Amino acid sequence: MTEKISSLSRRNFLKNAGVTAGTLVVASTLPSFNAVLFAAVKRNTKGPWYGIAIDIEKCIGCGTCAKTCKIENDVPQEPFFFRSWVEQYTIRKDGTLNVVSPNGGIDGFTQTVPTDQIEKTFFVPKMCNHCYKSPCIQVCPVGATYETDEGIVLVDEKYCIGCKYCIQACPYGCRYFHPEKKVVDKCTLCFHRIKKGMNPACMDNCPTKARISGDLNDPESAISKFISTKNVYVLKPHLNTGSKLYYNALNQEVR
Amino acid sequence: MNPEFENLYQALSKVDGYIYPNEIELSWSVLIVLYPYITGLVAGAFILASLERVFNVKSLKPTYVIALLTSFAFLLVATMPLVFHLGQPLRAWEIMMTPHLTSAMAIFGFVYLWYLMVVLVLEIWFDYRYDLVIWAREAKGIKKWMYRALALGSDDISPKSLKLDQKLGYIVTVIGIPSAFLLHGYVGFIFGSIKANPWWSTVMMPVIFLFSAMVSGIALVMVLFVVINYVRKQKIDMLCLDTIAKYLFYIIIIDFTMESLDQIHRFYEAEESFEIISLLISGHLNFTLLIMQVGIGMLLPLTTLGILQFYKPKDNLRIGIYLITGILVLIGIFFMRWNVVIGGQLFSKSFLGFTSFKLALIGSEGFLVASIWLIVPFFILAFLLWLFPPWKKTQLEH
Amino acid sequence: MPLHLKRLIMTGVVVVLLFLLLKHALTPVSFGQFGHYRGNSITEIAALPIHFVGNKSCKSCHDTIVTMKTESYHSDLSCEGCHGAAYKHIQNPKTEKLIKPNTREFCGKCHSINPARPAKAIVQQNIKDHHPEANCVKCHNPHQP
Repeated sequence: MTEKISSLSRRNFLKNAGVTAGTLVVASTLPSFNAVLFAAVKRNTKGPWYGIAIDIEKCIGCGTCAKTCKIENDVPQEPFFFRSWVEQYTIRKDGTLNVVSPNGGIDGFTQTVPTDQIEKTFFVPKMCNHCYKSPCIQVCPVGATYETDEGIVLVDEKYCIGCKYCIQACPYGCRYFHPEKKVVDKCTLCFHRIKKGMNPACMDNCPTKARISGDLNDPESAISKFISTKNVYVLKPHLNTGSKLYYNALNQEVR
Repeated sequence: MNPEFENLYQALSKVDGYIYPNEIELSWSVLIVLYPYITGLVAGAFILASLERVFNVKSLKPTYVIALLTSFAFLLVATMPLVFHLGQPLRAWEIMMTPHLTSAMAIFGFVYLWYLMVVLVLEIWFDYRYDLVIWAREAKGIKKWMYRALALGSDDISPKSLKLDQKLGYIVTVIGIPSAFLLHGYVGFIFGSIKANPWWSTVMMPVIFLFSAMVSGIALVMVLFVVINYVRKQKIDMLCLDTIAKYLFYIIIIDFTMESLDQIHRFYEAEESFEIISLLISGHLNFTLLIMQVGIGMLLPLTTLGILQFYKPKDNLRIGIYLITGILVLIGIFFMRWNVVIGGQLFSKSFLGFTSFKLALIGSEGFLVASIWLIVPFFILAFLLWLFPPWKKTQLEH
Repeated sequence: MPLHLKRLIMTGVVVVLLFLLLKHALTPVSFGQFGHYRGNSITEIAALPIHFVGNKSCKSCHDTIVTMKTESYHSDLSCEGCHGAAYKHIQNPKTEKLIKPNTREFCGKCHSINPARPAKAIVQQNIKDHHPEANCVKCHNPHQP
């Protein structure tokens, strides 16, 4: 009796081991799946591949970035058009969420929730994510918005017909309709500055250097080091946009 | 303060919760509500016409030509709200010249042209060619030259050519059915493919758009059939009218089922966006969706038409009921488009708040302009009915 | 084939040819150069004017202040972040002046107490209670705080 059982269990063991080994062999021949960081991998053999990194632990919500951006890029001053803005999140102890962005944060913030009710509160700067698999480029019917070889998403204001489909498609709310030019406008990562070797204006003027951008192809660049040393997050990863805006210490509540 | 921004400041004061700063103004307004409505009428009227031609529903014969001409009249106007809503309308040609093939909207120009030229114009032409030749022979002056030009200068009314006309017209109709589906299905896809917007992003969207298009198109032909016969002081073919109403009833059932399925599915899965969408439906959209679209536009017509399937009151009463029901359905489907387009932009993509929308009376995207685009097709239809009177047509067997 | 059908097909061919001709004429010259967009757009955007010129430009005239700042807590700050864009000023330094912000509210934009500000990111002060009678710059030199 005992002999029969032990030979059965030995057979079972060998069978299971064979199945496991076979699965491992087959599984190792499956192509690897892409991580969210796939967008940051070395691309563009001819030059830099731009990305952006924002450190939530450094942002003090002064709004200088949003103010600077409007001046540098001649964005209308009214509070309806932003290429970049700052949000203040307050998570209360009762589990409710409060988010504000008065005039995009340009005039600074005040905290209206009493301190004893606050569980967590922080600032989140927002801007165009210059997505690698950008849904806004996908939907443009005429080819007025595109990604350059360096990974920057731009709008051709001479060609845009103003159908506003891209505004609907952007999950991050980065695009707006320019009231005077009557075309769509958005953050260009200060393309006119980086082409001359300067930094984007918002990054130069940030007092705590919470925002940086740079060459993801270069392993020695500040942004590459940011990504490899910090726990980075992108917004709405489930939408698979290939966002190249990496946040450090992004709270899961951030939309 | 710049008056242009006054309504934006007002909208800013009405923001509920948190919205991304760029979301205060709705990008797509009533003109974009109109476009799917009008193309829906086009596709729906054509499907009704094809029911007679391809599926041999003989009782619908009296409406065949009216349905085709209605489809044509509305198609001529369909592009207008689109072009006028553009920020740069003078660059509209770019869609035809450099279409970006990953964009559903880029297909617009070609599907529209294909449907207009190859399907509608050809089908109407093949059906009317014989009459155009006859009328060219009988008419005088400018009308004579018009008919001759439209007949492409042909004077051929031999039975062989007529038979060929019939055969080719049939083929065009057969091609026309999937073309009609494409014409309106892609509009649904334009919304359904936007993953950023959970109110739009659903697999059901092209299907729902298509079936509601069929509902509106059939209802329109039904209403026009009653009105045209009344204006011409003709007795209405009750069998035809009852058949249209029957098909309307069936298609409303399917459409209602699809839309309900979509909402039930949302409710059951209760994804991240469920909270804001429930607030949207119970709050901002409670009048336009629950009362107008579902209540008045669907449930009431559904009940009425359902009862009429079993109990048929006197002819005149029935005609009146059909007329009112048809109008209610048309209103309901308009609100369905409204709820999709406007509703989808009322809530923020942060899922944390709402903005507001006020339909202006005047202005490039105001109520008056929208009304004009809705009324013009009827004038075009009246002109077409004058130029190509269906009742003066020689009744040829299809 | 009946005459009218031949004419119909001819009309169709003419329409298609006209369309192709129009497409060739209307498509911008540089379109498709790098991708499905107008290649010239890249140079146009790259040529946009620059408004914030950077600390190096300030240093060439205001050497003392800039050097003083680089050895202070405000070393990482850009001059224009507080003083405004200098592109007009460097063209006409005598006529186009920058602002010299010195109000409590201005310093408070960064330094006022706000629980959302990470404590280790910046020094914070209650600007309502801390010496409300004077401007901050009376005691704290902004270029050498």
